[in-house]
Amino acid sequence: MATENLVYDRPEGFTDTPTHYCPGCTHGVAHRLVAEVLEEMGVLEKTIGVAPVGCSVFAYNYFDTDFVEAPHGRAPAMATGVKRVMPDRIVFTYQGDGDLASIGMGEIVHAAARGENITVIFINNANFGMTGGQMAPTTLPGMKTTSSPNGRDVETQGYPIKVAEMLSTLDGVGYCVRRSLHDPKNIRLAKKAIRMAFETQSRGLGFSMVELLSTCPTNWGITPVNSLKFVEEHMVPFYPLGDYKISEAIKQIKV
Amino acid sequence: MPKELWKGNEAIAEAAVRAGLEAYFGYPITPQTEILEYLSRRMPELGRTFVQAESELGAINMVYGAACTGVRVMSSSSSPGMSLMMEGISYIAGTEVPAVLVNVMRGGPGLGNIAPAQGDYNQAVHGGGHGDYQPIVLAPASVQEAIDLTALSFDLAEKYRAICMVILDGCVGQMMEPAEMPEMKPVHRENWDWNTDAKMGKRERRVLSSIYIEPAEEEKMNLRVLNRWRTIEAKEVRYKEYFLDDAEIVVVGFGTAGRIALSAVREARTEGIKVGLLRPITVSPFPYEVIDQLTARADAFLVTEMNSGQMLEDVRLAVKGRVPVEFYGRLGGVVPFPDEILNEIHRMAKSKLSLDVHPRDAWLERMAHA
Repeated sequence: MATENLVYDRPEGFTDTPTHYCPGCTHGVAHRLVAEVLEEMGVLEKTIGVAPVGCSVFAYNYFDTDFVEAPHGRAPAMATGVKRVMPDRIVFTYQGDGDLASIGMGEIVHAAARGENITVIFINNANFGMTGGQMAPTTLPGMKTTSSPNGRDVETQGYPIKVAEMLSTLDGVGYCVRRSLHDPKNIRLAKKAIRMAFETQSRGLGFSMVELLSTCPTNWGITPVNSLKFVEEHMVPFYPLGDYKISEAIKQIKV
Repeated sequence: MPKELWKGNEAIAEAAVRAGLEAYFGYPITPQTEILEYLSRRMPELGRTFVQAESELGAINMVYGAACTGVRVMSSSSSPGMSLMMEGISYIAGTEVPAVLVNVMRGGPGLGNIAPAQGDYNQAVHGGGHGDYQPIVLAPASVQEAIDLTALSFDLAEKYRAICMVILDGCVGQMMEPAEMPEMKPVHRENWDWNTDAKMGKRERRVLSSIYIEPAEEEKMNLRVLNRWRTIEAKEVRYKEYFLDDAEIVVVGFGTAGRIALSAVREARTEGIKVGLLRPITVSPFPYEVIDQLTARADAFLVTEMNSGQMLEDVRLAVKGRVPVEFYGRLGGVVPFPDEILNEIHRMAKSKLSLDVHPRDAWLERMAHA
């Protein structure tokens, strides 16, 4: 009798709720990686997530953990409040680039500077997805959005912010890397990084963040497949993948 | 406990500690900074949480996060800082989690100044943040009352899953008075049925959010909070009355303005003028009913405030035009002397008062000719 091996299933870290994300969007991949990591670490029971405002505003519907929902950009402050009174819990924020790098820049920088023992999953898709594709701080130079219809002109609309590089300069940061979700190899690397970020937190080694280059086919106005190519050909060169800060103590972690 | 000499702001901080405050998040701003400074020493020595946030935005959202876990949490600020907190206040109200906030009011609008004022009455009592919600607002007039009301605010916030705000001004915050502290209550984590402190193998997951994407669900939430508010209105109105039994003129003032008015009322009584004082302790819920009843037997009201007549409108709502309501205010950080209020009482006792002129217009007219 032939045996069947189950090789792919819904992770325990997910609820049964189907996600609301557009076809081809990599939020679903990022969600799954986080759920798998929390399950593999056996920490679902003690995890409290903090959802942002943006496309992932409903993140709290999908993870089978406690969740709170922050005002736009304030997730790192809210997570600080949760973690400081519940230091033995695992606390993470899941934020997009409008949320984290625009309105929430103050909160993310100071949470990192204080070395808050939280994990931040940062989705960089180079635009404000939920409100219909406006320019974000991460929008590439020349990139067309609904609020930069002629392409982002850095002379008048400023330059993109490289968040992983910037936060890596802060002493409170233990783990700060950038990965991409544009192909299976990079997705595997992203999962490893997410695991390390949560390991950093569970060991009390300071602030941890994984920036994930992500797609937005709907607002970019291209197919899902071409969106993955866009990440590889345009975003990765501008936002180089890599380890921007891994503290000595974290380098010793073997998982 | 024996009486000790306490500065208002530090007394509030210690009263919160003794009420079981587990976490404080704040940002420096005059004239409330002593609360932050005191707790930066006191909380760590008790093994409790103190964080100086990057801004009032940061502070209120740290409060929001901690409040969701179900612990006793507080922040404090002064007028411009409270404006920054309004976003978070609305979210906290929308999520129905308890939190205590202290506003040591100063002159405004804008940067204003750091002198005592009551210009944030409307912001505190009638909202300030977006959407339909009402916070409980307590207004102490002395250091002792600041202690008592701070302790009470935690109980009220938890009982009604609501924001409880203590509003005072630089006078009460900065002055020293003999006062008695309550006993130290141990930190106690209630076993709530709503808080997000992680499943821990004991229950289904919980979500705390202010999102109700379906309008009909949001309406249900609005009505739930409104009904809770009606209970608060029925059960939690607090006020102090002085010489009201036979009073023909009723002075109404809260906080420092009420306390100054009491000196004027006492002086007028020695002159034989039948005047009394109503000092609301809860400015929200406002003692409408008490004023309604007083209207049946008083000849006139005098509202005194350190603003342009914000509570005045609530008094007028309760009086409903049945008897004259007069107003006397000082603004922008100017504190009235008892004599100024006594002059108003003298004027009211002697002259025929009008029902037709808006009390603010009449007051401005008198000021122009003073």
